[in-house]
Amino acid sequence: MTEFLLILIIALAVYGFVLNKSKANALSEVNIMHSQPHYHGLYSAFMTLVPAIILLISWSFIVNMITNITLREFFSDVTDSGLVRFYTDGVIAYVEGTSDRIIDHIGFLPAVEHYQSLQYNNKILQFIVVLTLTLMFFRYSLKFVEVQFKARDYIEKVVVYVMRASAVFAIFVTIGIVLSLLFETLRFFDSVNVFDFLFGLHWSPQMAIRADQVGSSGSFGAVPVFTGTLLIAFIAMSVAAPVGMFSAIYLSQYASDRVRSYAKPIIEILAGIPTVVYGFFAVITVAPFFRDMGAFLSFTNMSSESALIAGSVLGIMIIPFVASLTDDALTAVPRSLKEGSLAMGATLSETTKQVIIPASFHGIVGSFLLAFSRAIGETMIVVMAAGFAANLTFNPFDSVSTVTVQIVGLLTGDQEFDSPKTLSAFALAFVLFFITLILNVISLTIVKKYREEYE
Amino acid sequence: MNNISLRNKKEKRFQLYGKTAVLVAISFLGILLFNIFSTGISAFKQTYVAVNLNIPLDVNKSEINPRAELNKSFLKMFPEIQSRTERRAALSLLSKGAKYEFEELLDENEGKSIEGYHWFLASADLDMYIKGTVKRQGDTAGRIDENQMKFVDQLESKNLIELQSNKYLLSSADSREPEMAGIKGAIIGSLYSILIAFLVSFPIAVMAAVYLEKIATKNKFSDLIETNINNLAAVPSIVFGLLGLAIFLNFFELPRSAPLVGGLTLALMTLPTIVIASRAAIKSVPPSIEEAAIGMGASKVQTIFGFTLPLAMPGILTGTIIGIAQAIGETAPLLMIGMVAFVVDVPGGPMDASTALPVQIYLWADSPERAFTERTSAAIMVLLAFLILLNLTAIYLRKKLEKKW
Repeated sequence: MTEFLLILIIALAVYGFVLNKSKANALSEVNIMHSQPHYHGLYSAFMTLVPAIILLISWSFIVNMITNITLREFFSDVTDSGLVRFYTDGVIAYVEGTSDRIIDHIGFLPAVEHYQSLQYNNKILQFIVVLTLTLMFFRYSLKFVEVQFKARDYIEKVVVYVMRASAVFAIFVTIGIVLSLLFETLRFFDSVNVFDFLFGLHWSPQMAIRADQVGSSGSFGAVPVFTGTLLIAFIAMSVAAPVGMFSAIYLSQYASDRVRSYAKPIIEILAGIPTVVYGFFAVITVAPFFRDMGAFLSFTNMSSESALIAGSVLGIMIIPFVASLTDDALTAVPRSLKEGSLAMGATLSETTKQVIIPASFHGIVGSFLLAFSRAIGETMIVVMAAGFAANLTFNPFDSVSTVTVQIVGLLTGDQEFDSPKTLSAFALAFVLFFITLILNVISLTIVKKYREEYE
Repeated sequence: MNNISLRNKKEKRFQLYGKTAVLVAISFLGILLFNIFSTGISAFKQTYVAVNLNIPLDVNKSEINPRAELNKSFLKMFPEIQSRTERRAALSLLSKGAKYEFEELLDENEGKSIEGYHWFLASADLDMYIKGTVKRQGDTAGRIDENQMKFVDQLESKNLIELQSNKYLLSSADSREPEMAGIKGAIIGSLYSILIAFLVSFPIAVMAAVYLEKIATKNKFSDLIETNINNLAAVPSIVFGLLGLAIFLNFFELPRSAPLVGGLTLALMTLPTIVIASRAAIKSVPPSIEEAAIGMGASKVQTIFGFTLPLAMPGILTGTIIGIAQAIGETAPLLMIGMVAFVVDVPGGPMDASTALPVQIYLWADSPERAFTERTSAAIMVLLAFLILLNLTAIYLRKKLEKKW
């Protein structure tokens, strides 16, 4: 029915376009029109389509809400909201024929009946209302084919509105992120104290499944998770910073154009490889390598999920971020500074160390901060190579856990809805979002400011 | 200046550090790729075992129980078998999937007799031994014990074990049996997600870029949008996964594990990348062209759609392809919206439960079954091939279409 309605509306729009265009064409043969004929055609098509589609979308949205609210009534004795969701989904799937499972609950069959009648009435009502309204707009749009009618202005206004809405959409994405994280985080803080979360030293989010179980009430002190994240990120930076920075120095100061044109893209390939590939690499190659090294150096207490493994692979991944941003910073230093130093008799390495690096120091710091924020937010490598148990340690040979590992661990697999365990993932994500945001803002500001200095 | 040689030495050393750093970075890439390729290449071959079949013409093929008949024929090749253990040991060399191959063979030969040796899929354990992934130690190799090894040796001496090309890897979906597992379901799921991500993010991103570059007057509001987009580009991908979970699954109540939701989530993630690239492309169109259009009486919108956008399109497309390539390899947000289910069917549409290629890689890499390791590498090779293809397209577009003004 809805498909038929859509086809009908589109057909009407096309018809309006053809009708108005030919009418305008006829007019334009004897008059000088404000707008070209196809704008008149488009005017009718827009007038038919836009209100109809807005109406259809908001209609289905509202009906969806009504359906969910009324269906929930049938299962009002169930307290777990996840279970209610499961039941209502079951009703919908049963009616739509995608599943023939009858759920063993007293409210199921009445709910099915209710949903069926709701669907039926909704479809008829939708068809009549939407079609009538569309026809009205269609009729209305046909009246305006006149010499002085500014069809083009109207069309362009709509186009500009669409553009503005698209740009504002990005803001809505940010607001969506903040609100969805904040909302769940606040619910989490209903059951767990903010200070216990931020400063507690023990993290074990597993909750008791039954009320009579002892000892596993779950504790949400996130400090071990934060320190684990920092430890891995620092290890990553200690791999990426020297390699990335020295490559950037070599490629920008020493390498010939030919070498540069090959080496730079090759290093940047490292950034294009999916992180899940690095994770796999860490597990099958780097972990055994470190284990053998550990055995060779008679280190017996090295964990197979040690921070060192995840950190060093993460470091490889962020080399290109450091390298290309540092390279940008180094090449932005005015030639005159470099040449002045060389002319005074300094060697190229002295020039680099004493003139170019100090002059581009802001940019380099900015690139490090950006790479660091990448390292903190990276997920797959640590999920695959680091452990889930959050130990409070700074020993790189121990297994530690990170914020992202915890989020993935808490939100995949069987979820208990509304439990502090699930909600704690949102609280962690909020902290992650907030910290990376601050790092990004700082580094972008530094980079921008520094760039302006030399322009 | 008696320390000039010292300074020159320092200079040399500094240069050496730089060279080493570049070489280290490149060799990391080399090691990574070499590792993946050397473990993955064997997954494109698959071990098959020949079974001597003898099904005469007059047997009604629909009455045959395929598993029992196949097992009977296979055991007939070893007349010395006495005990149950031995029978079980011999039969365990065949894959559970051999039954389906036999069914197919029966269907193909309806009304004909089937005689002679036919090749059937071997179990993953035998496969790993034949490929040398597990080494032989005495009479055992990995999970192949002495009982089984007896039959393996017999088959090998008669040349009844062979490596053939792997039909399953690219043409079937996931399976519990490594030898039958494939990535077709994951590839289709990825394609649906990417298509949706493209259809949603491309128009919005291009419109937003045009607005910011050509229409918006520079004020606080446009600055806000700009910083906002720059920051969105650096938000960790997992946060977008949580956004998708909260908005698409919990608020709009869309189905879990569906490529539709995955695509929408990836669309939000790629949006800023495409906006930034499009803005750069639009900025590079020389104003003289636009001014000429305006001078000829075109309106602003006409100029944008008639001149600016077509001229900026190569740059916009290049940026879009790079954004899409990023989205193809993205795993974390898809984990959040439940695209990690074990799905044995190839999805038929964007609303069906599905995985995606990188998620499949994650699932296989996580599997304790050792036979999945080479398949994981093979799946990575396919993923990398996709990415290389996309990037080459981007490079080609840039070289071919981009004009230097």
